[in-house]
Amino acid sequence: MGDLRSLGQLTLSRLRVMLREPEIIFWVFAFPLLLAIGLGVAFSDPMPDTPRVAIESGSGGERFIDALRADPEIEIRILGVEEASDALRRGEVSLVIAGDETTLQFRYDPTRAEARTARLAAERSIQREAGGPAPVTIRPQEVEQLGHRYIDWLIPGIIGFNLMSTGLWGIGFYITQSRQNRQLKRLIATPMPRGHFLLAQILARFVFLIGEIPLLILAAWLLFDVPMAGGIVSLAVVVLIGAASFCGLGLLASSRTRTTEGASGIINAIVMPMVVLCGVFFSTARFPDAMQPLIRILPLTPLNDALRAVYNDGLAFTAVAGELALLATWGIVAFVLALRWFRWQ
Amino acid sequence: MYTDPSPETDSPAIRCRGLIKSFGAVQAVRGLDLEIPRGECYGLLGPNGAGKTTTVEILEGLQEPDRGEVEILGMRWADQGKAIRRRLGVQLQEVRLTDKLRVREVVRLFRSFYPRGPSVAELLERVHLTEKQSAYVRDLSGGQRQRLSVACALAGDPDLLFLDEPTTGLDPQARRALWEIIESFRDEGGTILLTTHFMDEAERLADRVAIMDHGTILIEGTPQQLIATLGGAHVIEFEPTVRVEVLELGELPSVKSVRERGPLRFLTCDELHETLPALVALVDSRGGHLASLTTHRATLDDVFLARTGRQLRDG
Repeated sequence: MGDLRSLGQLTLSRLRVMLREPEIIFWVFAFPLLLAIGLGVAFSDPMPDTPRVAIESGSGGERFIDALRADPEIEIRILGVEEASDALRRGEVSLVIAGDETTLQFRYDPTRAEARTARLAAERSIQREAGGPAPVTIRPQEVEQLGHRYIDWLIPGIIGFNLMSTGLWGIGFYITQSRQNRQLKRLIATPMPRGHFLLAQILARFVFLIGEIPLLILAAWLLFDVPMAGGIVSLAVVVLIGAASFCGLGLLASSRTRTTEGASGIINAIVMPMVVLCGVFFSTARFPDAMQPLIRILPLTPLNDALRAVYNDGLAFTAVAGELALLATWGIVAFVLALRWFRWQ
Repeated sequence: MYTDPSPETDSPAIRCRGLIKSFGAVQAVRGLDLEIPRGECYGLLGPNGAGKTTTVEILEGLQEPDRGEVEILGMRWADQGKAIRRRLGVQLQEVRLTDKLRVREVVRLFRSFYPRGPSVAELLERVHLTEKQSAYVRDLSGGQRQRLSVACALAGDPDLLFLDEPTTGLDPQARRALWEIIESFRDEGGTILLTTHFMDEAERLADRVAIMDHGTILIEGTPQQLIATLGGAHVIEFEPTVRVEVLELGELPSVKSVRERGPLRFLTCDELHETLPALVALVDSRGGHLASLTTHRATLDDVFLARTGRQLRDG
């Protein structure tokens, strides 16, 4: 091989085409931002969903379990002390009931709309059970901290969503278009190493990430005070593995597509279920247990989990090695299959 | 550093034997033999669907034949594909280069695939696109796009150039501009395989031509040889209003051959001034006249018509 000029030129060509396409600039840079802003604002509206309430096991709250369970407006679960606070932070529960026999403590995030519903419903059931106007003292404790609000939870999800959709669309659509225009055929009539063409697509994607992700982080910080808890290196590792895996899936999705219409169908069929299932906009815990094994194995779930572990919880990438391994496996398998099936003409 | 193996330079540029290729039930190429010496411009003529493009793509290593042998510059695709590619220039039909790239950028991209070749500036100069080098591909005319495509084909200083219907859809001026570029490559000793369905293009550019139909070569030779097979230098095409027998027409002075196609009759002859008056007198003597009459110098189109009963551009 030796000569990397062709790889350089192919990467440059791909970058030029992307930069000269106003729609691509919109989808890659503006769209995730608008999505974050829209959702950040929209989620101050009440949620139609039944809010979840956690009772710390061993707390005074356990006395009221039956009464709380009878309330149709809330859903009850009993969690350990740490589990409960994790669940609250991740948005899996809206309210945590703790405290002792005489003074109960309500912990919630006031910026979450459903926390208010949960609080009112829980308080009403508890007082009715206790009898009288207010025999139990309830001390509300607002746990809104930067980094623990919905928007904080949302931003890593948007990053994951962005890595998935730009990987699949950016790679899959362009390759299909090049095949449809017979450019792939023209290229393989030259001595160009075929791997260079595919590698160039991925390299160009990585170059775009350098602009894309920092911009999103910066905007989230400036507009919503969303802090980045983890280290830059850890985030970069997670982002790179995620981007590479979805590039592999993009190659696989477009390895044999003849028309851009056909590619759109396939890519949508991959992207849409994952947007819903994999914890982009709301927690995967909202789906029934029977679906969890499927949800856990889809590549966007480990990516979002790893991104949140670094972004929200400040963990190092080594703490999410399992998630990263699953994600990398997806990428490698997709890449190998794509190379085997790839049709140049 | 990669060095190309040096194949014997006395081997022909292209040699293939018994080429067969089917797509489902359709046999696109049926036992095709071809031998093109170095330095020749060879024209493959035929209507759409004759199997020209399939043949060329097999020779270019883009399709595999079902059966048959191919040797390019003395090498085989199976074991020396990369070495062949470095010495081929290819221009395919219906390739749409990326609209959002500039002319210069496209040429630089293709140049990067080859270990040797002219500079980007030289390539642009050769196809007269120096002034357009900063233009986007999107903004080029059909002729300019085709010239850009030829510049990409010339990027590796090829020994052998494949041109698949290079001037289809171009206006006369753009065609002449492209012809001049092709001629300069030929004049420098390059070998060309040109497919076309324009006989004037083949007559101007090709040293030898082959007429291809239904996946085989019907006849091969220099344009003059092929035209000579018609027997006469001129063609008279007419429609008589009365019945005139083929035998009678054949006995007219200087007539070499007679053909019928519907109501039309075709005569080839060497001396128009002898044949024409005799033809008019004959039809007159039957009490009829000529509903139509045209004459032209015999061309490859007439050869094709004589061989297949169809015209080249009928498709």
